Amino acid sequence: MKKRQKRLLLVAGGLTSVALVTGLVLNAFRDNLVFFYTPSDIVADIVPMERTFRIGGLVEDGSVYRGEDGITVHFRVTDTAVAVPVVYHGILPNLFREGQGVVAVGSLQDGGVFKASQVMARHDETYMPPEAAEAIKRAQREAARTVEQSGGY
Amino acid sequence: MSERGIQWFRFTAPANFYDLAGRLIPWFAALTIALFAAGLYLGLVVAPPDYQQGDSYRIIYIHVPTAWMGMFLYVLMAVYAAIGLIWRIKMAEIMAKAIAPTGALMTFFALWTGALWGRPTWGVYWVWDARLTSMLILLFLYLGYMALHAAIDDRQRASNASAVLAMVGVVNVPIIYFSVQWWNTLHQGASITVTDAPTMATIMFVTLMIMVLAAWMYSIAVVLARARVEVLERERNARWVQERLEDGRT
Repeated sequence: MKKRQKRLLLVAGGLTSVALVTGLVLNAFRDNLVFFYTPSDIVADIVPMERTFRIGGLVEDGSVYRGEDGITVHFRVTDTAVAVPVVYHGILPNLFREGQGVVAVGSLQDGGVFKASQVMARHDETYMPPEAAEAIKRAQREAARTVEQSGGY
Repeated sequence: MSERGIQWFRFTAPANFYDLAGRLIPWFAALTIALFAAGLYLGLVVAPPDYQQGDSYRIIYIHVPTAWMGMFLYVLMAVYAAIGLIWRIKMAEIMAKAIAPTGALMTFFALWTGALWGRPTWGVYWVWDARLTSMLILLFLYLGYMALHAAIDDRQRASNASAVLAMVGVVNVPIIYFSVQWWNTLHQGASITVTDAPTMATIMFVTLMIMVLAAWMYSIAVVLARARVEVLERERNARWVQERLEDGRT
């Protein structure tokens, strides 16, 4: 075997084993690498209850209301299957709104309320001008009205 | 390989590379300036604001091209390093070494602009989610490669040792790319994929692609220039360098 063929084999073998090891390690740490848990994870009891952890999902429509001090916010985080009530005392990021992705840091209190110490907005991968967003919203309203009218029962 | 005598290998000869790169660099530099000017004008003036993020989304025009470039340059660097290590082609070793600083710069810009975008959008500069962390590891791999190369005095041993580091680090690139799919991350998923239509308005997409091209042209021009200097340093005693010096061709 020529020297350069030996080197080629060494490199190929080395890279394959590194890839294999990385794959196995990542697979083993799979659950620890998630940045946040979903509300369904909480219901399924795979969340470290006593510890501080992150919960992620969408802010449920119509669930946001502010406390009397004007800075405490109550809302529910949903993954469209399960919703978890969250209470937060502090300033929310600009992008925070109903229907928007959100990640909250905190822990579960007795009674199943998640007490957040920090709230981050999560952006989705859609980018469009405001006029386009407005047009889509209008189209959706139109569609909803048509369904209502034709439904008629 | 060389038994077949393909013309390709002409350019692996340092003297030929030196001449060709010298002719190409001004073109790539001119393209860089033109594309950056057009891309920045479109991105900052023509493109509309985003419906949710307003104007802060415009940082995407720097963030995405530099992030892609950082990842791609790493793969390229590792491929050159492997070729240099296995087939002992001097030019490949030089190219691998020349790519590293540009790749590190691109990765740094991606991290930095990402932090500046994260503060108004997410509410934090930095979080330890899979995407951000793996990108930071990429920066450390670049810095480690350069440090290792510089730490060993013997040129051949420096090349070999850092080539191994470059190749091992390649596993990180698919991790960066797929991190947003494999794990829950704060970072959003990809807007532009090979399989689906981009989830962004056409003018934004076109502008982004112009900026991506600009990043490419910049990287090519700078890497070629750096490789040229390296060739000159390594071959300073060679006859072809003396000839060019006498002719005034530099």
